[in-house]
Amino acid sequence: MSHLPSVRSAEALKDAPPPGAFLRWDRRAGEQSSARLVWTAFRRSPLALAGLVIVAAFVGIAVLAPVLAIQNPLAQDLNRRLLAPSETHPFGLDSLGRDVLSRVVYGARISVVSGVSVVTAAIFFGTTAGTAAGWHGGWWDEALMRLTDMFLAFPPLVLAMAISAILRPSLTNALIAIAITSWPSYARLARAQTLAIRPRNYIEAAKAQGARDLAIVLRHLIPNAIAPLFVQATLDIGGIILTAAGLAFIGFGAQPPTPEWGLLVSEGRSFLMDQWWIATFPAVAILLLVLGFNLLGDGVRDVLDPRLRKVG
Amino acid sequence: MTLLQYLVRRAGLTAFVIFGITLVTFVLTHVVPADPVVSYLGDHAPQDLVVTARHQLGLDRPLPAQYGIYLRQLVRGNLGISIMDNRPVSADLRQYLPATVELATAAMVVAIAIGVPAGIASAVYKDAWPDHVARIFALAGTSLPIFYLALLLLGVLYVRLGVLPGPGQLGIYTTPPQPVTGMVVVDALLTGDWLALRDALQHLILPAAVLGYYQTGLITRMTRGSLLEVLRQDYVRTARAKGVSERGVVLRHALRNALLPTVTVVGLAFGGLLSGAVLTETIFAWPGIGRYATNSVTNVDIPAVLGVTLVIAVIYSVANLAVDVLYAYLDPQIRYT
Repeated sequence: MSHLPSVRSAEALKDAPPPGAFLRWDRRAGEQSSARLVWTAFRRSPLALAGLVIVAAFVGIAVLAPVLAIQNPLAQDLNRRLLAPSETHPFGLDSLGRDVLSRVVYGARISVVSGVSVVTAAIFFGTTAGTAAGWHGGWWDEALMRLTDMFLAFPPLVLAMAISAILRPSLTNALIAIAITSWPSYARLARAQTLAIRPRNYIEAAKAQGARDLAIVLRHLIPNAIAPLFVQATLDIGGIILTAAGLAFIGFGAQPPTPEWGLLVSEGRSFLMDQWWIATFPAVAILLLVLGFNLLGDGVRDVLDPRLRKVG
Repeated sequence: MTLLQYLVRRAGLTAFVIFGITLVTFVLTHVVPADPVVSYLGDHAPQDLVVTARHQLGLDRPLPAQYGIYLRQLVRGNLGISIMDNRPVSADLRQYLPATVELATAAMVVAIAIGVPAGIASAVYKDAWPDHVARIFALAGTSLPIFYLALLLLGVLYVRLGVLPGPGQLGIYTTPPQPVTGMVVVDALLTGDWLALRDALQHLILPAAVLGYYQTGLITRMTRGSLLEVLRQDYVRTARAKGVSERGVVLRHALRNALLPTVTVVGLAFGGLLSGAVLTETIFAWPGIGRYATNSVTNVDIPAVLGVTLVIAVIYSVANLAVDVLYAYLDPQIRYT
């Protein structure tokens, strides 16, 4: 795994830097090996590479949305409603005469940003709670871990519905709700990592040099502990995007006229059999982006988890 | 640790988690901007009536005391009165839960019936075409938005081709069977009502297939992975060396051990199944707690929303407990870690 101490053999010990340089050396070497591992993964697994390409393409679409969209995604033209795909409108027009391609392109922004912001929040709160639990141990550990048990008991979609009933349905509230159910698994990972790393030499060395706890955790522990959390994030992000889209579909996530993919499918549902393009293009976009993240996540995990790598 | 000790410890943890769930739903009730008294009595209720109602509902007591009242009511099975239909939420849930159990069970049967054989084929023919087909099928299952799949299948098979019935549990001309369990298929079977059984099964196919597809993906991937790992163990090589047929090696020696992780996935998939049930039931007009949840959120029926959230979270926790205990029973190593 990426966070293994860089001293792997007597061979490596020969080239070890002087003790004073221990801290930097350790971390840098860890990063290098992790980058190398990821690269081997992509070279060996065409599916993982395909995932990376798909995700990169959607990030590109999200960034370039204003350039790629044919027209304002909210602009209506009731005289041309339900028009089939054509050269000027490759994805056709919806029931209010809005350009489906432009709406799908702007929808990429919403889905990519939703997925990334939820996992970012989950990593942030999960790392904070998990390292606090693992570092302090005892009462802290017990309380924080029982808290994660509590939140893991709620299926994300269901808690998100409850929160959207109590506050009001919106994209932000949906994302907050999904984040609330997502952070506990990251907290558990971060705790396990902290417990594994805390007894390492470089942590002891930093303590001996008189570094404060917070400084050790921030500068030495977290950078070495976080790699598995990123792998988990890559695996989770597809499911998060699906949940957010599902919430919007039943009306408890993003609200009209936001060009959110789940909402676009919902708006096209009554036209599915005759004007198939309204619901189908956003659905295919969801499928591709989620597939991309799933392929990417599988590929990264296979390489970083040696037990699974063996399975191939 | 004996199995019994493990069971007791694990059940204790689940009890604690359920206590935590009630705490979360209680906190959620108290961040509601709307005053429950106003929603019971209306905006123009006389002041003294409001004060009496506040007192009766315990809303003039400090928060910990209110939580105590809330817990005492929960223990008695009282989840409050639904604003939508003015009935106890617990009665509503009792009415709608059987349909969800029926749908979820059918979906799980579909997922296991397809997922396990697909996973076996995928592992046995690793890197050959059956493996590729099974893996693509599984990946699509975990990546496809099920609400679109549901709409598409309903559109093609019901609206266009008419080979399967539309939404609902039974056709409008079918007399429902005598209620025994509340699950239409089971009730029709118990009462020997073959017409209703046929109709109910036909109505069940689409929602069960849609809901089961996502789980199929998970189960296929897990079966494949663990079977591949088991197939390279020494005892499998021994069996092969002793001349056991490949079929015998896979089915009798390897599969039994490989299915352990699959049991966990089935349990973990339960949360996904409950979330998926919300979407599937909404689209298929399936009278279960998923659709009840959607309706109560749409109508801002807070007691109903919190009741259904609580019940789903409790079902989920108990399912996880069952999986952990089953796993510990199947694999004694787990009890010592």
